Amino acid sequence: MSDGELTPPVSERDHAAGPPDAPVTLVEYGDYECPYCGMAYPIVKRAQQDLGNLLRFVFRNFPLAESHPHARLAAEAAEAAGAQGKFWEMHDMLYEHQDALEAEDLMGYAKSLGLDVPKFAHDLEAGTYTKRVRDDFRNGVRSGVNGTPTFFVNGSRYEGSWANEKAFIHALREAAQQLGRAAHTTADANG
Amino acid sequence: MTQPATPVHTPAILGAGTRAPDFALNATPDQVLRLSELRGRPVILVFYPADWSPVCGDQVALYNEILPEFREYGAEILGISVDGVWCHAAFARDRHLHFPLLADFEPKGEVARMYGAYRAEEGTSERALFVLDGDGIIRWSYCAPIAVNPGADGILNALESLTSKSAPAKAESFRGDAAEMRP
Repeated sequence: MSDGELTPPVSERDHAAGPPDAPVTLVEYGDYECPYCGMAYPIVKRAQQDLGNLLRFVFRNFPLAESHPHARLAAEAAEAAGAQGKFWEMHDMLYEHQDALEAEDLMGYAKSLGLDVPKFAHDLEAGTYTKRVRDDFRNGVRSGVNGTPTFFVNGSRYEGSWANEKAFIHALREAAQQLGRAAHTTADANG
Repeated sequence: MTQPATPVHTPAILGAGTRAPDFALNATPDQVLRLSELRGRPVILVFYPADWSPVCGDQVALYNEILPEFREYGAEILGISVDGVWCHAAFARDRHLHFPLLADFEPKGEVARMYGAYRAEEGTSERALFVLDGDGIIRWSYCAPIAVNPGADGILNALESLTSKSAPAKAESFRGDAAEMRP
């Protein structure tokens, strides 16, 4: 349907883990209450460990709120934690506690991560990050995301199976090498 | 570097420029919806093989989530499969769907056949999308491989081109650069 190209590209607006100049950027559109995203979570973690500085990982929100009633608030909680410099800590907390995503659970996580809890609570109540989460969702739809999780590798939708961890990590390594070769060729051409 | 994700699959579904055949189908056990009643606004027809199947479930869940964006274009969305009204009712309740599912049940698949979107061997419709303008003319159509959720970007691009009079050609050539050209 779509050409499977990530729109907009990764920018400073995104939450990214890993070096900005890493040869592979993996973008996940995910939902904190989605069981498949829960299954993908440790696989992405292992890919990050395996590739080290070769990989930059970016997470964008794609809550299917009608199917997953806690997904939207959880996404906003991660954004609110991100505003206090703890996006990834909250991201991990949510995926490690997918069965406990009620508002009071989120407050508990904020407290255990040492966040400014009144500010965090205010951000959730006031919907400070509602638009941000919806914007992610809309961009995802425009990029051809049709469910969660959907991955993009260096801007192109990953069509393989992420559930096959070996194949997934292999594909990421291939992408790193391809980019390395392309850079090499360009350097030669400019030579 | 990247191959387009678009599958090469060209069944004989009705194409852009064709008048959408009118039909009347049950939306609930006692409510009939006639397509021509929706004249004046864009209509999205979503033919899908079956309630409850994994891909269809994901596809309708996605459209359900995107309803606010569809409504920004004033568009109505209708799901159509050969399932009966009670099956649709249970499926819609289970998935919290906020758009009508129409039962193309008797004669089975008649409407899907009119749109060239019936799979006689399986006895279900294709996974086919149609975007109609306010005059009931098909402005864009797409048939996905049966196991692939086609997403919604094609629908949104088609709706966008309906509302931008300056670029009417986009309705028929959505696969060009239209996908990337938006304000």
